Amino acid sequence: MAKIKLAKSKVDTLVEICKSFDNDGAELINVLHKAQETFGYLPAEVQEIIARELNVSVAHVYGVVTFYSFFSMVPKGEFPISICMGTACYVRGAEKVLEEFKRLLDVPVGETTEDGKFSISCLRCVGACGLAPVVTIGERVYGRVAAGDVADIIKEYQS
Amino acid sequence: MEKYKMHILICGGTGCRASASEAIQNNLQDALKAKGLEEEVQVVMTGCFGFCEKGPIVKILPDNTFYIEVKPEDAEEIIEEHIIKGRKVMRLLYTDPEKKEVVSDSKHMGFYKKQIRIALRNCGFINPENIDEYIATEGYAALGKCLTEMTPQAVIDEIKESGLRGRGGGGFPTGLKWEFASKNEADQKYVVCNADEGDPGAFMDRSILEGDPHSVLEAMAICGYTMGADKGLIYIRAEYPLAIDRLKVAIKQAREYGLLGNDILGSGFNFDVEMRYGAGAFVCGEETALIHSMEGLRGEPTVKPPFPAESGYNGKPTNVNNVETFANIPVIINKGAGWFNKIGTEKSTGTKVFALAGKINNVGLIEVPMGTTLREVIYEIGGGIKDGKKFKAVQTGGPSGGCLTEKHLDTPIDFDNLLAVGSMMGSGGMIVMDEDDCMVSVAKFYLDFTVEESCGKCTPCRVGNKRLYELLDKITEGKGTKEDLDLLRNLSTVIKDTSLCGLGQTSPNPVLSTIENFYDEYIAHVEEHKCPSGQCKALMQYVIDPELCVGCTLCARNCPVDCIAGDRKEAHIIDTAKCIKCGACMEKCKFNAISIQ
Repeated sequence: MAKIKLAKSKVDTLVEICKSFDNDGAELINVLHKAQETFGYLPAEVQEIIARELNVSVAHVYGVVTFYSFFSMVPKGEFPISICMGTACYVRGAEKVLEEFKRLLDVPVGETTEDGKFSISCLRCVGACGLAPVVTIGERVYGRVAAGDVADIIKEYQS
Repeated sequence: MEKYKMHILICGGTGCRASASEAIQNNLQDALKAKGLEEEVQVVMTGCFGFCEKGPIVKILPDNTFYIEVKPEDAEEIIEEHIIKGRKVMRLLYTDPEKKEVVSDSKHMGFYKKQIRIALRNCGFINPENIDEYIATEGYAALGKCLTEMTPQAVIDEIKESGLRGRGGGGFPTGLKWEFASKNEADQKYVVCNADEGDPGAFMDRSILEGDPHSVLEAMAICGYTMGADKGLIYIRAEYPLAIDRLKVAIKQAREYGLLGNDILGSGFNFDVEMRYGAGAFVCGEETALIHSMEGLRGEPTVKPPFPAESGYNGKPTNVNNVETFANIPVIINKGAGWFNKIGTEKSTGTKVFALAGKINNVGLIEVPMGTTLREVIYEIGGGIKDGKKFKAVQTGGPSGGCLTEKHLDTPIDFDNLLAVGSMMGSGGMIVMDEDDCMVSVAKFYLDFTVEESCGKCTPCRVGNKRLYELLDKITEGKGTKEDLDLLRNLSTVIKDTSLCGLGQTSPNPVLSTIENFYDEYIAHVEEHKCPSGQCKALMQYVIDPELCVGCTLCARNCPVDCIAGDRKEAHIIDTAKCIKCGACMEKCKFNAISIQ
């Protein structure tokens, strides 16, 4: 196993999380949810510790992490931007909104800007189809967004 | 509850909360307090009313006044005028767009007239975080009736007779499913609620869980009683935080009331419910994949048989039903199978909830009897197409369904009719498209989804869908040929015939149905290299008509890439090589001088 470079306190937190689920391999997904909630993302080292604690292979943990879109191996930006790509938003122009975010922030989907401020991701239907197209930034929901509004939205977070 | 004279109900669904319904609630409460009315008037945050287009919704009981598009700053006026003086706030009422008349209560609104709400009966009516309100609306009466008056087999027979079919999309008879699970002997059995709503554009399961969580818990307990299971598991998407919170509250309250736990209602029957969280994988809607995901594994489906009823969660007999299916159960038990099976059509009884969205005036959540036609749903309930555009297609069944056209509008909606015309019921997403939507792009959009969501276990789905996507991409880039259309058809058939699970078996439906119903549009793409609806970027150019352009410079100032040149009061020109085709110029032009070629 690779050397663990995480701070000891973080390792301890992870060990605690695993323990709270009885170190049961069948609870892997719940453990990962909790770990991501705590650390914001699931880097390789975190996965290695979880594998060790639950007594399953790292490959198994990695397989599960990469299978589910909710789990991320890269840290999200300070202001995570999610563009709803559900069908309702798509037919009301979500793609153009997404293109505009990508163009203005110069970062592809699933990645974070160099200054760590923004990350862009697509999500499937937040269920606010009456407000389509919908963009969420952190907890805040923006409804009926047009490509022309994107620059102003980004500005709100840049000052 | 009697002590209040009036009730103000506020929609607490995700859509309305995004539009500040919590602030409305706070302001209403503050305004009531300021007038010393907090003991007289109760403010309740309920589940979704369904009329999301005009949210946030505020409803006043007992006079049933239905306020739309309410803003936090309207709270004071509602209290001052309506509650104190008894005068309706006219500007917040709904105006019928056709008759131009103000309609003050929901019963007389076109959106609600044709609806029968069974699964959504309590959404927008009760406070989902208060078990007493659920009990006051016959809640847990069905569970009591089953435990004290009916044998497990009698319950199964009742459900069988009701004709209820699985609302998650498959349409398998629920009673039969329960019977299979009940016949398999084991030391441990499980009831699973599938709340992994993955169809983009469908949000009925979430609305039920947010608006009426107890109905699902009650039905799960009833199911557990019939099959001899004492454990229920709800598999829910982690992306639904509000639904998760409300379920947790509901489970806690039901335990406190002894409606979950040991010896329920003194009957000796034990049943408890736990939650399991999904992590974003569409394929987990498939029951075997869902079960593997609950076991902490990758959510990959396995071959049936063995069916979950024989060997499911942890290898034990497991019955999996969808949220909406469960929500129907208590009503069937309370009102009887004979009542339920008279609603709907002969082979599809009851109602179905649809998430109506897209280019339609009344976006929202509706529940109609099976057999209602698409025309009734789109024009009478949905209020027709947005901005007076022309109807082009309606997509049902999400990524597994198909696009239906004008000629299908009078088809009564039920499981079998939709299959017969090349679509499917699915979980109930219904997306309306207008003349501006390119059907090749729509098919590509769905395939993009399927490619991403395919679990990769079987080759036809993993590789085949990718190839379908590439072919569609080639066509939208203007590089397709007529032979590609044949290839699309052949490959689609192979994927349908050879895939392991429901995802692959239905994923080519959007392609096949659009080729079938919009063949001319595909031909225009491959032969003339044109996109008739002007959506395919590679096939279009923005141009300025020098006759119409007055040189106001508005377009140039709004162009994000500065590709529009021209002096003030002179006709402008777009540099098509630099243009990113965002359409901002066309949106801004006040003289209709910019068009797509």
